Parts: sequence; structure tokens; C-alpha cells
Amino acid sequence: MIKLEKVSKIFHSGGKEIPAVQDVTLDIQEGEIFGIIGFSGAGKSTLVRCINLLEKPTAGRVTVDGVELTGLDEKKLREVRRKIGMIFQHFNLLRSRTVYQNIAFPLRKSSLSKAEKDEKINSLLELVGLADKKDAYPSQLSGGQKQRVAIARALANDPKVLLCDEATSALDPQTTKSILGLLKKVNEELSITIVLITHEMAVVKDICDRVAIMELGRVVEQGTAEEIFVHPKEHLTRDFISTASNMDKFLELVEQNNELTRLGTGDKLVLLTYSANNAGEPVISYLAEAFSVKANIIYGNIDILKGKTIGKLGVALSGEPEQMEKALAYIKEQKVEVEVVKE
Amino acid sequence: MNFLYQIAPNLEPLGGELLKCIRQTFQMLMVSGLIAFFLGVLLGVLLTVTKSDGIMRNPILYKFLDKIIDVIRSIPFIILMVLLIPLSRALVGTGSGVTGSYVALIAGTVPFFARQIESVLADVDYGLVEASEAMGFSPTEIIFSVYLKESIPGITRVTMITFVSLIGITAMAGAIGAGGLGDFAIRYGYQMGYRDMIWVTVIIILAIISVIQFIGNVIIKRTTH
Ligand SMILES: Nc1ncnc2c1ncn2[C@@H]1O[C@H](COP(=O)(O)OP(=O)(O)OP(=O)(O)O)[C@@H](O)[C@H]1O
Ligand SMILES: [Mg+2]
Repeated sequence: MIKLEKVSKIFHSGGKEIPAVQDVTLDIQEGEIFGIIGFSGAGKSTLVRCINLLEKPTAGRVTVDGVELTGLDEKKLREVRRKIGMIFQHFNLLRSRTVYQNIAFPLRKSSLSKAEKDEKINSLLELVGLADKKDAYPSQLSGGQKQRVAIARALANDPKVLLCDEATSALDPQTTKSILGLLKKVNEELSITIVLITHEMAVVKDICDRVAIMELGRVVEQGTAEEIFVHPKEHLTRDFISTASNMDKFLELVEQNNELTRLGTGDKLVLLTYSANNAGEPVISYLAEAFSVKANIIYGNIDILKGKTIGKLGVALSGEPEQMEKALAYIKEQKVEVEVVKE
Repeated sequence: MNFLYQIAPNLEPLGGELLKCIRQTFQMLMVSGLIAFFLGVLLGVLLTVTKSDGIMRNPILYKFLDKIIDVIRSIPFIILMVLLIPLSRALVGTGSGVTGSYVALIAGTVPFFARQIESVLADVDYGLVEASEAMGFSPTEIIFSVYLKESIPGITRVTMITFVSLIGITAMAGAIGAGGLGDFAIRYGYQMGYRDMIWVTVIIILAIISVIQFIGNVIIKRTTH
């Protein structure tokens, strides 16, 4: 649905070159929710803005729904932009217009009749659950409600794609959940492809099918949300995941050599990651039975990833060195990811 | 009427003259005010959109407008008036009288007003402009339905301020024979020493300003949400 081929964007500012996006290639499938995650300044916003050409890439090609946008003139580009909705961190609603008028705004250029527009707007208001607020002004709405209006507005022209730049970053966790729920609903019911930018792994965890991790303008890793969560390759990816599952607390304890994580000679502190079909518990009890390796659970967490459970256990193992090796090999055989945190 | 004549005795012989001067002031305010309003908004918009981060970036036009506005703004009005007499002759056929005052009044108002419009438009959140671009709106559509529409309260506010200063300079236009209340006050209040006529002009001008401010405040109230 969205194809980015070797897209780069270099800003020139004060005589210096700022490579905000470098050589990014992505292929986003129709109907999926694609997450792009990275720390501040990684180039995420610049990258999504390259998708609807709000930012003109300095190199590379952008194709959306079979149309190569990078080759279009301004007028054509404006036409295709109508089929690409976008929402923002700060909502960007028109203050002088009511909720209803804000949603009507992008419809000014549509060929629908007045009655059809009215029907469209009312059904969008229903969809986002704000039918009773249609005559309110943005200043009278909460952040979550404003984002709902922005979503309705972005959907007014029946787009194929919805771009979300930190759409939940200004919202509290509860509201974030409800907005993500709405995006999920939009994705499923209207089969709209969603590109979602965030710096929170929790957002990815909740709704993304696939995710790309960005650092310094480059995509350093990409894959399905599950792959990324269970088998992260890059250090940066692990950082994001540990923040999302409170694991950073555990790692901090290890780093500070807290007595909870202090080991005897020959002991190993390992982090096990398992998904629902190869649950961790039986593995651990088996270690004691088969290899007489004692496992002391120090940290545990369960993440629910699009309905699938992913568990993480921080375990201190002690036993005969030879048996330990066998035990670790056995764990790996069970398709449980093992990372030795400390020995 | 009798009561008025009692507190302002000179009103009786000068009433007709006063009415004529009020009409001249109104004429100057209407004609030059209206033209200056549109020119000022146009220039303010041009300054906003041609800026380096604007939606119709044009550094050369921006620099040109920026400089010319600063230059005209720095010339005292009384000098500007004399300076523009030849231009006025070329444009409206005369450099004196009410008609001859329009060019100077407009030139004396527009630069100041354009700057204020520019600062009002700068307050429009750029996110709105961006969102509209993402929705497929053209720069012209963005100017009207985002920049101007969102700024109605701010535009009204600076229009009121500028209108008051326009009244100020119409009084000075009396110097090139444009007549008006300023001229009336100088001739009768100052040169003839009729204190009551000074008071009468002050009250009339205050009344005009109050009406304008009342209308402006209603517009601001209605359009601020
Ligand atoms: N218009 C611009 N001119 C110059 N540099 C820019 C411009 N826009 C972005 N940059 C630079 O490009 C880099 C990437 O910025 P970008 O906004 O894409 O990051 P981001 O990942 O979205 O960050 P955040 O999470 O803070 O929104 C930054 O170093 C930023 O300073
Ligand atoms: Mg950003």
C-alpha cells in the first residue's frame, strides 16, 4: 500500500546539513497497522511527512496505493493527499469552527451533495462517539475528544491510509488506550492502512502488526510486533522493550548489583522470553528435575501483544557447570529466548 | 437645541460648518479606511506567506515588501503628505482637498496596519496550516479558510487600533486643505479661541471611536471560541 524506496531527507539549516531521514526502504501492506518507533529526533516525523510529501524527500521514491507521489505536480499531489488522512500530536483543529464544521472542512472540495455530506459527517461523529458534541468548539473539548474529532476529520474523504504522528503522546494512559482502540476499530471496520509513529513501545504492543525501529534517520530493525518483542536484535530495540515491560527496573537492579540479583560463583542470571505456546513455568520446574539446576525467579512480567501473551522471566540459575550448559540448551530447544544478563 | 446652544454658544453660527467638517472626516475615514484595510490585509498576508517558512516562500518579494514597509513607516505623516502630493495628482488628479488626502492617508495607515496583520497571522498555529496542506488544500484556500478565518478576532482588534490612529491622521490632513474635524478644531478652537468648539470636536471624535469599539468588541466576542 505504501512503498518507500531509499527515501532520504536532508535539511539545510544554517549552512549545516541535517540528514533527518537516510535511505529508508519500507513496504507497508494494505490493511495493516504499521508502527514506527524511535527516540526524539530519530526522524520519525520527517519520515511520515515524506509519505504524503508534506516534506519533499531529497532522494528516493514514495508510492502510495500504486501512485508514485514523488513524480506528481502540486495539483495532482493535492488530489491524492485527500486520500491520505493524517492526525497529529496536537490535534490541529480549527478553533473558529465547531466539531461539525471541523469535520466538514476537508469535505469542501468533495463532490458530495450537501445532504450526503451531512450524512457522512453524522456517521463519522457516531463512529468516534461524539454525536452529542457536534456543536461544541474545540476549546470546550478534552484532549481525547479533540483527537477523536481529528480522526473523524481525517476520515472524511474516505482515505485508504491514515498517518498518525504521535497521536497519543499528549494524552494520559487511559485516553491513549481509548484512542488506540478507536484506531484499531477504524483499521478493522473501514480497512484503512494505518502508519503510527510513537516513542512508546506500549503503543506498538497494543495495536501494531509490524514495526520499524528508527535511529539517527535510519530504520535499524523491522519485523512483526511479535518478532520484535520476542527476538529483538538491536540494542535499541531491547531498550524500548525493556521500558515497555518494566524490565528496565530489573536491569537496573542488576547493574547496581542489588542483593536480589547477586550471584554465587558459577551462577548465571538469565532473561527468558516466551510466548503463550511455550509457556515458561513447566520449563523451569523441568530444569530442577532433569538437570538439578535450581532456578530462582527474580523478575516476571507478562505482556499482551495483540491478544498474544509474551512472558519474560528474570531467573538466577545455579548448578553444576555442565548441567547448566545442558539446561540452557534445553531451554533454547523449547523455543524460549534466553539472554544471559550476568554470570 | 437651545440647551446645546447654551453650553456651546458658538454652535449656532458654526453648526453648518461643523456638519460639513464631520462629513469630510467621514468621507476620509470611509474611503481611505476601506482601501487601507484591504491593502493592509493583502500585504500582511503576503508578508506571512512569502516568509522563509511560509506556504508561498518567496524571499525576494518578502525582502522587498519588508523594506518598503519599514521605509514608509519611518516617515512622519506630515512629511509623507507633502511628499505624496505628486503621486496623488497622478492617481486621483489632485493633491489637495478631501480627494487629495486619500493617497497620503492610505500610505500613512497601510504599513502600520500590514505589520499588525502580519503579527496576528503569525499567531495562527502552523500545525493548522500543515493539517490543511495534508488535507489537500491549496495555498490560496489555506490563506482564506485558515489564516484569515482563524484570525478574525485578532484582525478586528488591530483594525480598531489602526482606525483610531487613522482618525488621528485625518485631523492632520486638514493641513493640505482636506478639511474635516481636525481642521475645524484648528480654525475655530485654536485660531479663533472658541473653547466650546474644541470640546464639541473632542466629543464627536470620542463618539465615533466608541461606536467603532463597540462594533469591534461585538465581532470579537462573537468570533472567539
Ligand atoms: N524543518 C527542519 N529544518 C531543519 N531540521 C529539521 C527540520 N525538521 C526536522 N529537522 C531535524 O531533523 C531531525 C529529525 O526530526 P524529526 O522531527 O523527524 O524527529 P522525530 O523522530 O519526529 O522526533 P520527535 O519524537 O521529537 O518528534 C532532527 O534532528 C530535527 O532537528
Ligand atoms: Mg516527531
